[in-house]
Amino acid sequence: MDKDEHPLAPPGAGELLAEVEAAHTALRTAHRTTPPTATGTGAAGTPHGHGTAPDEAGLRAHFEKVIADDRKIEPRDWMPDAYRRTLVRQIAQHAHSEIVGMQPEANWLTRAPSLARKTILLAKVQDEAGHGLYLYAAAETLGVHRADLLDALHEGRQRYLSFINYPTLTWADTGALAWLTDGAAIVNQVPLCRSSYGPYARAMVRVCKEESFHHRQGFDSLWALTHGTPAQRQMAQEAVDRWWYPALAMFGPPHHASVHSEQSMAWRIKRFTNDELRQRFVDICVPQAELLGLTPPDAHLRWNDDRGHYDFTPPDFDELTRVIKGDGPCNRQRLAHRRRAHDEGAWVREAAAAHAAKHRTPHHGPHPAATTAPATVDEAAADEAAA
Amino acid sequence: MTAPRTTPATAPAYPLRLGDDALIAAQRLLQWCARAPQLEEDVALANICLDLLGQARALLTHAGELEGRGRDEDTLAFLRTEQEFTHVQLVELDNGDFAVSMAKLLFFTTYQELLYGRLAASTDPALAALAAKAVKESAYHTGHAAAWTVRLGDGTEESHHRMQHAVDTIWPYTHALFTPDALDRAAAANGTGIDPATLRPLWHERITRTLKEATLTVPDDGWAPGGGRQGIHTEAFGYLLTEMQALHRAHPGARW
Repeated sequence: MDKDEHPLAPPGAGELLAEVEAAHTALRTAHRTTPPTATGTGAAGTPHGHGTAPDEAGLRAHFEKVIADDRKIEPRDWMPDAYRRTLVRQIAQHAHSEIVGMQPEANWLTRAPSLARKTILLAKVQDEAGHGLYLYAAAETLGVHRADLLDALHEGRQRYLSFINYPTLTWADTGALAWLTDGAAIVNQVPLCRSSYGPYARAMVRVCKEESFHHRQGFDSLWALTHGTPAQRQMAQEAVDRWWYPALAMFGPPHHASVHSEQSMAWRIKRFTNDELRQRFVDICVPQAELLGLTPPDAHLRWNDDRGHYDFTPPDFDELTRVIKGDGPCNRQRLAHRRRAHDEGAWVREAAAAHAAKHRTPHHGPHPAATTAPATVDEAAADEAAA
Repeated sequence: MTAPRTTPATAPAYPLRLGDDALIAAQRLLQWCARAPQLEEDVALANICLDLLGQARALLTHAGELEGRGRDEDTLAFLRTEQEFTHVQLVELDNGDFAVSMAKLLFFTTYQELLYGRLAASTDPALAALAAKAVKESAYHTGHAAAWTVRLGDGTEESHHRMQHAVDTIWPYTHALFTPDALDRAAAANGTGIDPATLRPLWHERITRTLKEATLTVPDDGWAPGGGRQGIHTEAFGYLLTEMQALHRAHPGARW
């Protein structure tokens, strides 16, 4: 391809999207072909109940078989408490990442340099709010409530992805962030479209399709910069220098150091190791960077013919740990922003509830209380990679 | 690109002022992004902003084409000075709390809905086509703002007070929406535009109905600040415009 000819899509992006489509087709087919059974209505055909049924051994055996057969667990199916907790933690962390992740991009909305870019960026931030909505909805199928999950976020009991704690210092950061971190998110999330938990898998299909757009828009935005003035090119390169490693760190610690990976893989919540996914991301990104005329900030980055992969310098995992624990450049700012928006909106939510109560038809009862406690700090902190 | 010749010709300044209304309303509303009282509202406000931005881009582009001096939407948005913007002051006012923002949105989009509804019959086919599309968007915006006005007005004691205060604060700025100047009169006379004074009775009737449902009091008419259509703005506008234009202006001639 000519160096100056704009590719319609970044190389490698189509392959990932095809995997999302395949997962989507598999989900639809599963719905059609799983026969209902006398004992339940879930896709996996198990009895209802949350671990209180008399024959737990039988239920567990059935659960294990559904997983082994690569079928889906549905909200009303029996599932081990640890499986439920893991999912709540992972889906909540993902939802939190979507809504806190609006901030670094919203940072440039009022200053976007053209009306077209302003529109594109706003549509992207809006998509993230939408992803947050359906991920919280997926979490709610597990018996938790959004309000409780938000409390857990605001009180620091649940986390969001670490890259969000880095600042967007120039306009180019919005492009680099979208190209790299949305690109990494897709690589991470495409396998989740085949997650064993049905509502999560279905939510991820929608999320991945939209993330793929975002990734392309980021690439397109950087393309405009690298084909622009020297100042724009410099801005783009510096932004990639800033975002390369936060994106690589999104895959979490190496597999051997990842607390939850083993069990999540056994349950088919997660399907590849952190290291496999990070390698895949690098392999996809490097040709895209070359096309953009941008250089990732890694002197050891080179193609290895023997492995059939790029060799690269891994992220600084000590830095990742520090950022996860709250000492990244923007952790305090991001959380304070969330809390402030939540607190300042309290009177509005109260008014909406009061108005609804005045005009409610009598048969609507109050919202049922949460049945599953949010994850602990330790679980959430250790879980950067699991999402 | 040259404008399609219409008979009679639309004055470029006419779509430009309507585009400025939409653009500055969107730019102000953007400041809510990632700050809304709940996630659903973040989605809804972004939606409204996107519609307003779309209207602004179409109107500015049309104005630039009518003018025929090669100014596109970005030239008009990013390279004019404060005094060259001709939106009403209402849309540039600070967001205030959520009640103030909803009062602004209700008053402004109800005006827009009525205006676009009539402009759909403009003798300028381009203006008619974009108004016909925009009126549907405005109907949604108005519905959204009215629903919040009712919820807040007829919600808690605190929300009632805040909403009444918001309505009282914004009300004076609504008069300028309906005060015609020579450009409006000329546009109305040749069929390309609408005399905004003719929109006020229906606007007042609809707003009164919503405020009544919200258990709120319709303010008395009195102080009526104006000047936006002539390029006279509030102090707040300079900051809004500086922020919007800074990056674009820092890189003259760059493409994004």
